[in-house]
Amino acid sequence: MTEEIIIAGFGGQGVLSMGKILAYSGIMQEQEVSWMPSYGPEMRGGTANVTVIVSDERISSPTLTYYDTAIILNQQSMDKFEETVKPGGVLLYDPNGISKHPSRTDITIYKIEGAKIAADMGNTKIFNMVVLGAYLQIKPIVKLENVIKGLKKSLPERYHKLIPLNEDAITQGMKNVITT
Amino acid sequence: MGELKLMKGNEALAEAAIRAGADGYFGYPITPQSEVIEYLMAEKPFDRTGMVVLQAESEVASINMLYGGGGSGKKVMTSSSSPGISLMQEGISYLAGGEVPCVIANVVRGGPGLGDIQPAQSDYFQSVKGGGHGDYRLPCLAPASVQEMSDFVPVAFDLAFKYRTPVLIIADGLIGQMMEKVELFDQMPRLTDQEVIEKYPWATTGKPKGKERRILTSLDLDPHKLEKHNQHLHAKYNEIKENEVRYELIDTDDADYLFVAYGSSARICQKSVKLAREKGIKVGLLRIISLWPFASDVIKEFTAKGIKGFLSVEMSMGQMVEDIQLAVQGKTKVDHFGRVGGVIHSPEEVVEALEQKIIGG
Repeated sequence: MTEEIIIAGFGGQGVLSMGKILAYSGIMQEQEVSWMPSYGPEMRGGTANVTVIVSDERISSPTLTYYDTAIILNQQSMDKFEETVKPGGVLLYDPNGISKHPSRTDITIYKIEGAKIAADMGNTKIFNMVVLGAYLQIKPIVKLENVIKGLKKSLPERYHKLIPLNEDAITQGMKNVITT
Repeated sequence: MGELKLMKGNEALAEAAIRAGADGYFGYPITPQSEVIEYLMAEKPFDRTGMVVLQAESEVASINMLYGGGGSGKKVMTSSSSPGISLMQEGISYLAGGEVPCVIANVVRGGPGLGDIQPAQSDYFQSVKGGGHGDYRLPCLAPASVQEMSDFVPVAFDLAFKYRTPVLIIADGLIGQMMEKVELFDQMPRLTDQEVIEKYPWATTGKPKGKERRILTSLDLDPHKLEKHNQHLHAKYNEIKENEVRYELIDTDDADYLFVAYGSSARICQKSVKLAREKGIKVGLLRIISLWPFASDVIKEFTAKGIKGFLSVEMSMGQMVEDIQLAVQGKTKVDHFGRVGGVIHSPEEVVEALEQKIIGG
């Protein structure tokens, strides 16, 4: 199994940390992982994206042209990455702020109202965990228990009290993802 | 099994320095390697092992701090990125001349000049053909994963002390910034002052009564003495050439063609090998690990066995390709492909270049 993912959105949406938690979850179940961010003079509000690869084998290139899954969280990223999904692949997006919806017919497109669900839950910061939940519903490449283990590893101890909230957010994401 | 962590390449390098029993790190921040000193400052190795971490006032200061630390037999290290490494070249030449062991990591970015902060491999010439002035060579290790950013640190220190020479670790922005799973090796002890005195009779550890003064210098105004010193250095470099060539062969057994690459380009080429083989092209990868000493003999062997062509894949306009050409001596096709200025070639572009430049060319 090799899953090649691009996660793209605005800086501050938790794009990079979503990728990091996914990568840590992979390590928890003894898989190979790589996490390659776009880095540069970017800042909050600018675009941010990260390539995450989870595999049973040694990972070759950490940067890619085509992906099994694209998780898209703003219009700029939609414009850039819709075309990069491999035929038969998956595009997951949050319609919030998207003016031009994806139109490809050779891939499966899923929607998650991540921003709305997070706001309803009273904490917009868990937006990325809702989206992660939606992704794991579509492609259960890592087990939920390993995501929780990954969270424990990647969060400083003082934030561990927030882990149940993150778990709820993932569950909400899993329940609310829909195919378009 | 050692501790498993998800780390950036730069962080793995820093943690490995602590675990390798380094006595000191001296550096100055520059993107894309600033996480090295950030990690060390946050991790406080001065509390963990007694290792000194110091932000120098400039790269010129940090490289000269290595002269002092390494000269007294301590395991010392610095890191920087391309423009900072250029500033250090005078010091590196002095370290090579004075035979002072130390480790220098270069997380390469786009150049020339201030360039940009994205990954590049355009410092190959600077790393393996000198950089500073004078007749010297530097052993140069090129990690291609976060795991190797960790593993190569103790290897580099071993080489530095075995041969009394500065050793380069040459990564790039991609290897420095990406995160991967890394298995950390166990903490190695730092040498005590007494152990340093016993182990390194050349080190400037203080002049005991009745013993000769030890001087580590690259200055010798007597040309005959300096000629002897150069010949001695040359003999040492030949020994390194004999013993320290490192490389990895990937899918080369049935290969008609070979990619030759190091660092992140080697990772990209592994994907290109898969893509090309899906198209029926039998291509393998010679991954260069030690940029110097270079795997010339391996290339000669493949040439003699009738390989149909080599494509050097580097994020430069073509530097390592010259060493491949030297080894091949015109006996088969050699060409270069690479994106530059911080642009990273895609695995598909590399296959296309093989088809156009080597197979069709």
